[in-house]
Amino acid sequence: MSITTNDVQHVANLARLALTDEEKETFTGQLNAILKYAEKLNELNTDGVEPTSHVLPLANVMRADEVRQSLSIEAVLRNAPDEEDGQIKVPAVLE
Amino acid sequence: MAQFDLRLQDIHNGLKDKQFSVSELTEASFKRIADTDSAVQAFLTLNEEGARAQAAELDKQLQAGGERGLLFGLPAGIKDNIVTEGLRTTCASQFLRNYDPIYDATVVRKLKAAQSVAIGKLNMDEFAMGGSNENSSFFATRNPWNTEYVPGGSSGGSAASVAAGQVYFSLGSDTGGSIRQPASYCGIVGLKPTYGLVSRFGLVAFASSLDQIGPLTKNVEDSAYVLQAIAGYDQMDSTSANVEIPDYTSALTGDVKGLRIGVPKEYMGQGVDPKVKEAVLAALKVYESLGATWEEVSMPHTEYAVATYYLLASSEASSNLARFDGVRYGVRAENPENLIDLYRKSRSEGFGSEVKRRIMLGTYALSSGYYDAYYKKAQQVRTLIKRDFDQAFEKYDILIGPTAPTTAFRIGEQVGDPLTMYLNDILTIPVSLAGVPAVSIPCGLAEGMPVGLQIIGKAFDESTVLRAAHAFEQNTDHHKARPQL
Repeated sequence: MSITTNDVQHVANLARLALTDEEKETFTGQLNAILKYAEKLNELNTDGVEPTSHVLPLANVMRADEVRQSLSIEAVLRNAPDEEDGQIKVPAVLE
Repeated sequence: MAQFDLRLQDIHNGLKDKQFSVSELTEASFKRIADTDSAVQAFLTLNEEGARAQAAELDKQLQAGGERGLLFGLPAGIKDNIVTEGLRTTCASQFLRNYDPIYDATVVRKLKAAQSVAIGKLNMDEFAMGGSNENSSFFATRNPWNTEYVPGGSSGGSAASVAAGQVYFSLGSDTGGSIRQPASYCGIVGLKPTYGLVSRFGLVAFASSLDQIGPLTKNVEDSAYVLQAIAGYDQMDSTSANVEIPDYTSALTGDVKGLRIGVPKEYMGQGVDPKVKEAVLAALKVYESLGATWEEVSMPHTEYAVATYYLLASSEASSNLARFDGVRYGVRAENPENLIDLYRKSRSEGFGSEVKRRIMLGTYALSSGYYDAYYKKAQQVRTLIKRDFDQAFEKYDILIGPTAPTTAFRIGEQVGDPLTMYLNDILTIPVSLAGVPAVSIPCGLAEGMPVGLQIIGKAFDESTVLRAAHAFEQNTDHHKARPQL
């Protein structure tokens, strides 16, 4: 399985990255090398082997549904690149 | 830095007996940084004002008398992916170059409670992705043993700073070896605790199923003290483990008689520098002389660990780093055409090439049609790797091998070849995938550069890992070697 510059462009779109033509070319080569190395895993038969997503025996950690103190609007906006009337501002999403 | 070579207990007594003050320790730290950091370049941000104010406050408390904890007044460095309220936290990324955190990470809160003094924020590979610190978007930290060499990574600043005597201890984070490998390259002690032992709340996430915070120190005793201060369940991190925290220092008995050591033969195989191997074998002789026994064990899935890790860690990273979109914090690109374009431009301008490469790899591995072939397959192989450890620990108390296949390499030597760079982590990655604890301790020099011995233990058995490390240290002088700066 080898990936093309078009695949790299598709993945870049999914990842919300704008790559230059030079980056696309470099990544195509490097990702192919890494993925080729990763094919090594196919040497192993993993039929019936449970996947490990996490080493701790934890699932669905819940807490009581209680009101807790939350951050102030001022703190939340401290790092916002653009704001207006106590809200984070972004380019229009709707026409 | 005479005081920084004192044992922790002696500093504690020195403060108590008023031989020196917290302010003097703090100034000594800043002085050492002023003298050495143009060469080492470990710090991204200094907390001069905050540290001085805190030191003055602690000195007042000293005057009032009373008992203080052992970390009281000690100058500490914090890796720059651990958030510190009001103290710039960048993850060594342009994306966060002006990020001003609105809260403290749990470990920072705990160090404040222990009354250590945060001296500043330490350089790293951008978002902890890398093993040399060359991926910092600001500058590359240098190895204090030879400034033409890398300090390792990603916690390179954390390791270099302790090795250079700029701070008494530091905190780092380890996803695939990022505490242990730089500790090895810089000749200090670096502990990666069991996954879940230390809260990750406030650690900027890279690969959530692997990330863990731990201490970098000059000796094992200090490592035990710092671990004691930061370990424990945290309701703010639902993956932190609700386990009893033992007294780690009481485990440092010096007694390893009857300890059963397994030496994975795959950790001593091809690709491991003969001089590194020699130092590890010499360390095993020390253990023999102390009444421990060792034999070779096979960990047959070791050779699959690096591929498994890069698929899983990159997949998790591609998801975790989706939050950096230029909306709520971080850089925002100018003049976007629309919202999607804002995301795309901000991320492309803000991230360096290694970060982009891993986001691309992870996005690909998770994308429709490839998920089973790459991501799920890697999760299954992770199970097999973990079983290697489960089986070995039925027979052995600890496992020992090198931390890294080689000593530190030259700056620039591996930059163009990501795969070779990834293979430096071949001996630390399996441990991370299994989630078990491991420490790297100095075990000698090879051509003037430090060699690290990796001691791996059972999940939540940091006590045995530290006991074994401490016993070695008590019977050797490797940890006393210091770089000449």
